[in-house]
Amino acid sequence: MKSLGNIRRSFAPWADPAAKPFITFRNVTKKFGDFTAVDNLTLDIYHREFFALLGASGCGKSTLLRMLAGFERPTSGEIILDGQDIASIPPYKRPVNMMFQSYALFPHMTVESNIGFGLRQDGMPKNEIAERVAQMLKLVKLEQFAKRKPHQLSGGQRQRVALARSLAKRPKVLLLDEPLGALDKKLREETQFELMDLQQDLGLTFVVVTHDQEEAMTMADRIAVMSHGKVIQVATPAEIYEAPNSRFVADFIGDVNILDGKVSASGNGKIELVTNDGFTVRTASAGAPASGSAAGFAIRPEKLKVSRNAPTDATVNAAEGEVWDIGYLGDMTVFYVKLGSGKVVKASMLNAQREVENPIAYDEKVWVSFGETAGVVLKD
Amino acid sequence: MSKLGSAIFSRLVIIIPYAWLLFFFLVPFLIVFRISLSTTAIAQPPYEPVFALADGLSGIWAKIGEFSFDNFVWLTEDALYLNAYLSSVWIAGVSTLATLLIGYPIAYGMAQAPRSLRPTLLMLVILPFWTSFLIRVYAWIAILKPEGLLNQFLIGTGIIDSPLIILGTNWAIYIGIVYSYLPFMVLPLYSALEKMDNTLIEAAQDLGCPQITAFWKITFPLSLPGVVAGCMLVFIPAVGEFVIPDLLGGSQTLMIGKTLWNEFNANRDWPVSAAVATILLLILVVPIVFFQNAQAKAEEQGR
Repeated sequence: MKSLGNIRRSFAPWADPAAKPFITFRNVTKKFGDFTAVDNLTLDIYHREFFALLGASGCGKSTLLRMLAGFERPTSGEIILDGQDIASIPPYKRPVNMMFQSYALFPHMTVESNIGFGLRQDGMPKNEIAERVAQMLKLVKLEQFAKRKPHQLSGGQRQRVALARSLAKRPKVLLLDEPLGALDKKLREETQFELMDLQQDLGLTFVVVTHDQEEAMTMADRIAVMSHGKVIQVATPAEIYEAPNSRFVADFIGDVNILDGKVSASGNGKIELVTNDGFTVRTASAGAPASGSAAGFAIRPEKLKVSRNAPTDATVNAAEGEVWDIGYLGDMTVFYVKLGSGKVVKASMLNAQREVENPIAYDEKVWVSFGETAGVVLKD
Repeated sequence: MSKLGSAIFSRLVIIIPYAWLLFFFLVPFLIVFRISLSTTAIAQPPYEPVFALADGLSGIWAKIGEFSFDNFVWLTEDALYLNAYLSSVWIAGVSTLATLLIGYPIAYGMAQAPRSLRPTLLMLVILPFWTSFLIRVYAWIAILKPEGLLNQFLIGTGIIDSPLIILGTNWAIYIGIVYSYLPFMVLPLYSALEKMDNTLIEAAQDLGCPQITAFWKITFPLSLPGVVAGCMLVFIPAVGEFVIPDLLGGSQTLMIGKTLWNEFNANRDWPVSAAVATILLLILVVPIVFFQNAQAKAEEQGR
């Protein structure tokens, strides 16, 4: 069985035409004065999904999250949560809770009362509150910090208090605004997996806003890549990476070489593309563009192979070039190869062995090669 | 050398404020306290004993023996003083509360105003200080007197038939104190409210608080250090206030500042007025200590 990306998933309600979305944004537009933060956006999020909104700052992802929380009202369009239009419901009546980027812990309350705050607002009986708070403290492993004030905690502990507080009311949807942004790298990686486990165990729908693609790729079931208030692509991390639908997504996620050119032959799910550098690429292409149309060819650095000898297999694409630069990163080595036309492509090779016999050196003549399914044709 | 220099410098930096307090607070206070232990006399200065170098050590010692707490006892015997103290504290307390009730919405509004507008609003709060305090209090006479601006306006618009008697009553004093001390309330409140993180309010709303509840549960408790600072800055000077009751209040108004002025100037009784001043200081030290404790507590909370 072949699949995009080195991962298997059984959870895919978005692929099931009968599945009903849990959250729907329908033609939602949000304007701040002249500035359009969210532009006629339509998006479905499913129950129990871990959904990431990914984009550069100012792309509208936070505005989208704040509209879901109720802090902003859409200028037009509707937001449907669990079958109910929530556009006119104030934030304090919505069955969603948010974990803020700054955590927004109440500085004058203890960890305990911070976590129990929402429950007290709901008028839950005291003993039940105590029970739920204890349960939440256990969930985030902060039992012994119950009586502390937020300023007496480390950044990671504060993050967990914020998480416990937003989960305490058992919301239908948990919104997370850059949840790991303030943590250092090690803690961030640990917490990513903790969040995923938590989401699995609680069976909740998570919507997370992030600008960190690694974070989104690791945690999310699906990612919406946003730019200028629009969703450019919604897909699983593997699809986003291996089959970007546009130049923007290909360029935004990870590293990529893009070769521009013209389609010279098309048919049988395969096309031949002559790049502007005069290099002919034969590649598989799902929606085959017509012969003669302009197209770009995107290929990830790790899909390129650098070797001293030309590949013997005729189906493999190959171009000759010269090593322009070498970057040794430890886990891999990045070769910058200047092709005959002057175009420099980036190729990375995994350093699977500690010792290498006669490694490739600067200025050496090399071949860059890749298979028919290694890259993607971009139509725009 | 430079190390020694900086050591001397850092000592000096500490010494200067202490020396200032010593010479301009402690020494004058000790002089006042010493006068409060004396007895009044028709002389220059109008009290005895008076120390002179010619007395010699034994003479000075004998004169110290003449000191007595009679003046303090006298203060407890005449109900006038107790009433004056109580009435001062009451008037100052009511005025402080009124200032808080008026000042809080002003400070809150300023803190919520667009960032570009805030310096202007701040300027407007401070602006009255450009005019002499005395002139501003005199202006209130023109406003509050029976044929003044306020009464003319109220009668002119038909709200009342006969003029309200405000000038010469405690109401005029309340108005005067609230007006004069409002900036001292607004400024610390504004500085507390201005640094408030708005996401805290959003978090409270997200957790189920309507906006008004969020204000009482989050904004108000977090602004308490500002409330305490503002109240102290108004209450402490208001207790000893002399100008406002003298100009706006009537003859029956009893405030300790006025009593003190009468003892000192009209009766020429320096020792009793010194005793009144000493007790007034004690009354004021208690709230200051309370204020400092509250501040230390707030700092310990890391805000």
